[in-house]
Amino acid sequence: MGFISRGFRGKRRDNVSSSRVPPGQHVVTDFPVLAAGPTPRVSLDVWTFSVTGEIDEPKQWTWKEFRALPTETLTADIHCVTKWSKLDTSWTGVSVDTLLDGVESAADFATVFSDGGYTTNLPLDDLTGKKAWVVYEYDGQPLHPEHGGPVRLLVPHLYFWKSAKWVRGITLQNEEQPGFWESNGYHMRGDPWREQRYWGD
Amino acid sequence: MEMSEAKLDGNAIAGLLREIFTMEMTTSETTCAGCGSVSVVGRVDVYLNAPGVVVRCPSCEQVLMRIVHGRGRYWLDLRGTRCLEFVAPD
Ligand SMILES: [Zn+2]
Repeated sequence: MGFISRGFRGKRRDNVSSSRVPPGQHVVTDFPVLAAGPTPRVSLDVWTFSVTGEIDEPKQWTWKEFRALPTETLTADIHCVTKWSKLDTSWTGVSVDTLLDGVESAADFATVFSDGGYTTNLPLDDLTGKKAWVVYEYDGQPLHPEHGGPVRLLVPHLYFWKSAKWVRGITLQNEEQPGFWESNGYHMRGDPWREQRYWGD
Repeated sequence: MEMSEAKLDGNAIAGLLREIFTMEMTTSETTCAGCGSVSVVGRVDVYLNAPGVVVRCPSCEQVLMRIVHGRGRYWLDLRGTRCLEFVAPD
């Protein structure tokens, strides 16, 4: 008896080069919706994005201010720990480098927090250096709430649970603090190419 | 695979809980550490389309349990459950 949904069986694209698909993953063409709870609904009138924690001057943007920041459009492959990968996904948003521009902090780690209470932890090195974005468009359209709209984090080089939906801010930290899944069996870093799925991987 | 409402009830994890606790658990009662309400496990909110199973309080939506299964192990986070009451086996 299979009790836990271990992954979604989507259509396979067998002509995809294995160099783009990490071990243990299969390629899907749809976009599975993962949900650990109800979809939060937040009014953009009260929405803010914050950078807090170990920082001399915390930063905060309203929706209007956030949307006025320089944006980037990128194409990336994404890899969910439930074993599906989706190739060539297109996103538009603000790079975390832009959000952290000018920030004075000695922190090495970060916790990303979201509406609905979800958190995930990352080394700051995985959020900076053109590796992470706070995105508000998928495939040229406003990000659907089911996929994390109004904005989600996008960290394509790590398993997709790190790309927190409904993200509202980043807390900078001197020590690594495990997030929603990392505190209960999932790997602290989650590199799909090294199959860092669970504790001990 | 577009699902607008992924919420199930506790019967969706009857088998999983039987595997972990080796007894029928859907008739047991869980007390929410957040709001204090008591729910029959068969009536809690369950989300399966995630890296693990997330069980939430039907009154306040706070997480009651997180269950991860992988590499031949279970990880069970019960921080959100103040008390779990169930009938002792004969
Ligand atoms: Zn509650």
